[in-house]
Amino acid sequence: MHTKALTRRAVALGALLAVLGIFAGSAPAWAQDESSESVRGVLRFEREPVEGVLITVTTPDGTAVGTATSDGEGSWEVGVPEPGVYVATLDVTTLPEGIPGVEADSVETDVGSTQRKAVLFVLGEPGGGTVDPGEGLVGSTFSWDRVAQLTVEGLRFGVILALSALGLSMVFGTTGLTNFSHGELITFGAIAAWYLNDAGLPFLAATALAVTLGGLFGLAQDTVIWRPLRNRKTGLIAMMIVSIGLAVFLRYTYLYIFGGGRQSFREYTIQTGLEIGPVTLAPRDIASMVVAVVVLGLVVWALSSTRLGKATRAVSDNPALASASGIDVNQVIRAVWIGGAALAGLGGVLIGLSQQVEYQMGFKTLLLVFAAVILGGLGTIWGAIVGAMIVGLFIQLSTLVIPIELQNAGVLAVLIVVLLIRPQGVLGRRERVG
Amino acid sequence: MDWGLILTNALEASIGADMVIYCLAAIGLNVHFGYAGLLNFGQAAFVAVAAYGLATMVATFGLSFWLGISVGLVAVIVLALLLGIPTLRLRADYLAIVTLAAAEIVRLTFRSVTLRDTFGGSDGLQGFADGFYRLNPYTVGIDLGPITFSERQSWGITIGWVLIILSSVLVWALMRSPWGRVLKGIREDEEAVRSLGKNVYSYKLQALLIGGLIGAMGGFVYALAQAAVQPDFTAPDFTFFAYTILILGGAARVLGPILGAAIFWGLLSLSDGVLRGAQSAYDVPEWLLGSTDAGAVRFMIVGLALMLLMIFRPQGILGDRKEIALDAR
Repeated sequence: MHTKALTRRAVALGALLAVLGIFAGSAPAWAQDESSESVRGVLRFEREPVEGVLITVTTPDGTAVGTATSDGEGSWEVGVPEPGVYVATLDVTTLPEGIPGVEADSVETDVGSTQRKAVLFVLGEPGGGTVDPGEGLVGSTFSWDRVAQLTVEGLRFGVILALSALGLSMVFGTTGLTNFSHGELITFGAIAAWYLNDAGLPFLAATALAVTLGGLFGLAQDTVIWRPLRNRKTGLIAMMIVSIGLAVFLRYTYLYIFGGGRQSFREYTIQTGLEIGPVTLAPRDIASMVVAVVVLGLVVWALSSTRLGKATRAVSDNPALASASGIDVNQVIRAVWIGGAALAGLGGVLIGLSQQVEYQMGFKTLLLVFAAVILGGLGTIWGAIVGAMIVGLFIQLSTLVIPIELQNAGVLAVLIVVLLIRPQGVLGRRERVG
Repeated sequence: MDWGLILTNALEASIGADMVIYCLAAIGLNVHFGYAGLLNFGQAAFVAVAAYGLATMVATFGLSFWLGISVGLVAVIVLALLLGIPTLRLRADYLAIVTLAAAEIVRLTFRSVTLRDTFGGSDGLQGFADGFYRLNPYTVGIDLGPITFSERQSWGITIGWVLIILSSVLVWALMRSPWGRVLKGIREDEEAVRSLGKNVYSYKLQALLIGGLIGAMGGFVYALAQAAVQPDFTAPDFTFFAYTILILGGAARVLGPILGAAIFWGLLSLSDGVLRGAQSAYDVPEWLLGSTDAGAVRFMIVGLALMLLMIFRPQGILGDRKEIALDAR
């Protein structure tokens, strides 16, 4: 649609802003209910929050879904029962004095699965008609601007996914364990960072500490569970089922501790998107991408150039031979667990930064991580990264042709097809997997 | 704390509708995992496809109850072939991931907004069970001393238990036939069976189909007992819990899934009752056990139980350790 033009005009008007899809907004405490989808936004006029404005959300045929009043920060949120198309209407009679009106008082928007969709009411001169803002990604219309935006989003998600995928792939490579509880390492990082941040630590410090804690969590898991199991010569399938039990246990432990709601970090939650050519990105998303790329670069360098990295690849290749040539296999595996869990934790923090923190976030990401690792080739370093980029790009670009709520299903279907025609993955070694 | 009520509830749960649904799913898994050694993590998809096949035909298209059942069965057969033909050649861990992914595709499709007119989105479908309850012979509910079921519940549970018994007899008969011996042979050593000239792939596909159809019975009981279907009932946890039930009772044993499901649901209800009772009776501080925490704690126990069982007693209560296919590869 004409979203982009409208957004620009809004900037030009100097009357902004409520931003953006899954990328912004604090979590108002009153919105923590069971349903995970919602419509929300932040009302601002000349950079000041606008309080006390009534917003009604209905279905397209006019059935009322809920109402909300913008709070002291201008934010409002209405929970919706399920993904779908909704209309948010702003009651212009409740606008405070001094605000001339709203460009369009009714906005139609498309809420994806588990999405807290932000809609933009442009406060300023009254206009008319229904606009369709959000991220400029909405609807099924095709435009090259949208392709560009989705590509960048896909790359962003891909590099973040790669952080998690590397850990899974390295653990598989060195121990053969298909770790179904890897998703809970992702959640662990995000929840740890959220608690530290909530306790008063600045976000960056909280992230650093949470990643460290994530590494220690990985070490603890290996020491308490996986190493004893390896020493008992437990079969790989049995270990896999143990990891499923661990995943269930940890996930519900997070629910017990953290609760079922979604939370945002204290900082960097409300940001105005930067326009770079045809693409709009929040500054924190750019920062996430840079951090992820730098960390990935460091890991790849470490694996290819340091002693420990070379030892890791040797163990991946052939544990018995590595052991015979004097490599301490258990020490390498311990290092892999620490590193892999820390990477997953960082991935979790970055996912939480853009999509909020919740107890199931890692579990919901797990199949995508599996898809990335298998697409690239289980156990290979470059494979995990390449696979994650493919998954990230595919998941975003597929929304050009399939409904947004089926984007994950699309990736999983591709995963199945790839396993059938090239089970070793794009970069994997040819070996028997059947 | 009202121990009488808690125990009665636990007893009811150990033979009630939830137990029946999970038991049938686990009997199906027993054919897959227990006897054939197939790590199918997509059992939820069979349950969902059967339930939605029935619900969609009746609620969306206004067709008859029996046609709904037939469509559900056909859909399950199609799913088994679609899933099995390409994937059964894969190694065990790959098979687990692919089947789990397939089940998620099924769930996301039923949940899709785009197809809401057909499948009802995340609300699911209701109003398709009238044909089933018109057949209800009960005019008063079952009354077993402290345990009582309403006449509606009684009908669903009766049919469910008939299905459990029929499926178990079928599994028992199949597994002592030559066909069953070949299947167990595949679990123990695929290559050996192949060298005897058996078509391993075909046997695996048959096992997947039979286990899937037994799981489909669970799907029908689910749809009819609740008189509603929702997509998120068949999230991955459904399959994980069915595995817990199977391993608890004992894989590769005919009675394993029944015992496992009864204990699983009995204990789940018991722990829930005790936790909630303790909350009200002993003034447990809010930070330790909030009003919504009991649900989380009992599933923490499930996860822990699955881990510990797998580590210390993979054969469960009834099984034989030598018979559990855990060292594939």
